[in-house]
Amino acid sequence: MNMNGGQALMKALENEGVDIMFGLPGGAILPVYDPLLDSSIRHVLVRHEQGAGHMAEGFAHATGRPGVAMVTSGPAATNIVTPLCDAYMDSVPMVVITGQVPYAAIGTDAFQECDTTGITMSVTKHNYLVTEAADIPQVIHDAFHIATTGRPGPVLVDIPKDIVDPNNPRSAMEWHTPDGHDLPGYRPNTAGDAELIRQAAKLICEAERPVLYTGGGILKSRGAKALLELAELTGIHVVTTLMNRGGFPDDHPLCLGMPGMHGNYTAVTAMQEADLLVALGARFDDRVTGKVAEFAPLAKIIHVDIDGAELGKVRQPDVAIQGDCRVVTEELVKVLREMGGGEAQPDRNQWRSRISGWQERFPLTYAHSQEDELLKPQFVLEHLRDATPDDTIVASGVGQHQMWTSQYWKFNHPYTWVNSGGLGTMGFAIPAAIGAKAGRPDRMVWAVDGDGCFQMTAQELVTAATEGFPIKVALINNSYLGMVRQWQEMFYGERYSEVYLTRDVPDYKLWAEALGCTGLRVESPEEVGPAIAQANEIDDRPVVVEFRCEAGENVFPMVPAGMSNSDVVVDPSQRDRPR
Amino acid sequence: MSPAPTGSAPTDQAPGRNSGGTTTLVVHVENKAGVLARVAGLFARRGFNIESLAVAPTASGRFSRLTIVVGVDAAPMEQVVKQLDKLVNVVDIQELNPSASVERELMMVTLRADPSVRGQILDLVRVFQATVLNVGYEEIMVSLTGSPSRVDDFEALLRPYGIVDVQRTGKVALAKLVKTAPESLAP
Repeated sequence: MNMNGGQALMKALENEGVDIMFGLPGGAILPVYDPLLDSSIRHVLVRHEQGAGHMAEGFAHATGRPGVAMVTSGPAATNIVTPLCDAYMDSVPMVVITGQVPYAAIGTDAFQECDTTGITMSVTKHNYLVTEAADIPQVIHDAFHIATTGRPGPVLVDIPKDIVDPNNPRSAMEWHTPDGHDLPGYRPNTAGDAELIRQAAKLICEAERPVLYTGGGILKSRGAKALLELAELTGIHVVTTLMNRGGFPDDHPLCLGMPGMHGNYTAVTAMQEADLLVALGARFDDRVTGKVAEFAPLAKIIHVDIDGAELGKVRQPDVAIQGDCRVVTEELVKVLREMGGGEAQPDRNQWRSRISGWQERFPLTYAHSQEDELLKPQFVLEHLRDATPDDTIVASGVGQHQMWTSQYWKFNHPYTWVNSGGLGTMGFAIPAAIGAKAGRPDRMVWAVDGDGCFQMTAQELVTAATEGFPIKVALINNSYLGMVRQWQEMFYGERYSEVYLTRDVPDYKLWAEALGCTGLRVESPEEVGPAIAQANEIDDRPVVVEFRCEAGENVFPMVPAGMSNSDVVVDPSQRDRPR
Repeated sequence: MSPAPTGSAPTDQAPGRNSGGTTTLVVHVENKAGVLARVAGLFARRGFNIESLAVAPTASGRFSRLTIVVGVDAAPMEQVVKQLDKLVNVVDIQELNPSASVERELMMVTLRADPSVRGQILDLVRVFQATVLNVGYEEIMVSLTGSPSRVDDFEALLRPYGIVDVQRTGKVALAKLVKTAPESLAP
């Protein structure tokens, strides 16, 4: 079938099952936007290319399918570098198409030219500069394969204008459907080594104080069910990192919640005191380990990861298994059953009672607002959590509000938590929530945002309003860059430098309405419930609820950067309790 | 990059670790545009200097073989090698142990050689079994192929005469061959 490169690109995307993409046209990508009109793919017109990237990520987080974004060359390509890096850090499957100046003009400093593949080399799993129209079908097929297999990640495809422009003879080509992949250097290994799995099972059966340390790999591998089986078979407690909130239900008796810098006391301390950590798709991130040399000092380590470069990167494992988290966990369950199942597990009653003791003495807590105080963010989040359906998808920005959301929400279903973990990208929440809503229109989607974050990407609420994505935004307005303020309070002698954002400018209610949303403002505790109920009722446009919150509230517990997890700082009200 | 000498004294170090704090990697990659930049970028990102680099297509032309000498000798290399292996275009990686491989390097050098010292230089050329490539009235161009340490020695001996221009290829290497006969052939 004869066609041009632009038509081939659309056909290739359709063949990969793409039904929605996020983007913004411009000069170099213009020819592709013409065949888009004839395509079955829905295109969501964003207001800034960063928004397109985060929407694609949000879509992928909520659905497990690769998100797709398409933007033009030069400034559009550089605008999408942040989402690419974000997706790379958090292993989010994403394919980004960028326009490029005509092939013959590359390297001439042409208008809107930049070295897109060079710039994005270190923030993509792989990238392509396509030089011939005839290569488009195979490159797109390979790009989706690479983005979604092994350790998922973003793949960028840079397409010069001439090979997609029907007025240029270089765009003429004959369509051929790709037959498989010819990637001799890319062979992701999913099955774990059977002997190593046996060794891991043996360590589990010997452990007196084991903890399942579970990361984003559980969700990426669709391994939540396998994890549940493993935990219930062995009776071992589970910590869920920031990237695996929802990968194990928070309401399960074995769930200890989030570990790390702002993890709860029990999750942090159970890992510190454990004699075995079973790390499943987790990468010993510095925000989890604290001071590495003093992290879980008594623990043997079983480390399962699809990415061999993670094994031993931070902590040398006793058993290192390269493989898909779900496949290996299922295999581990099978082997443990053969070894006697629950019967083969030692008596861990003493360990269990230590854990429940920590849970009783050090629950998450905060001081409620006094008469003259503004709202407490934790109070708002507890109410929001209780007033929304159990399967609500929650996206967050980055900072204090992110940590409070992870702490106070009850994530009982996989793929309900969408956030920027590794890169910590402020402004992630709104576009990511839009992407999540695009992928799961049946679900209620709330973005929990801070006032600093909101001001970075609020323009995408126009996209939400005009494209019909009725997301809801809980804006935790404490008038500060709150996490930075907290660090300046705790570690810089209360010398506050460039963290105050002002309380009344902008007027968020008016701004929300100008963007095509319903805007609500809440200032007192008794208004919280009704405002949330009102927001939940609105389904024909996005809603922004501004919660005016106390500026001085800090996130606890906290392990100060560089300190041992044993030195976790708890809420002021708990500091005299015996550990 | 600089053509710094890479000593090759056989020792019992970890495979691929040379004396003088360098590591030799042999990397097979797809012979495609941009692959070298991907490989080099992984070293550059960590501030690791590539001491020498030799690249050429293998017999089929579909792959290229890179011999990379990196100025790093300790544990950080392990992480680089693992990440190198993750590059989609990298097919395989070997850390080459100097004591278990045959290493060669080519040097071309132009020297000041007015007629009064030309004879001395030609003596050195004879001793090292080097080759005279070109002769001018005041200069001479010679080449030597040998182990990197032998090339180092030759360069050091020529330096007093005045090196005008020098280009070394960087080390290339192949693993040494098995010396023992298979058991089926044993007497």
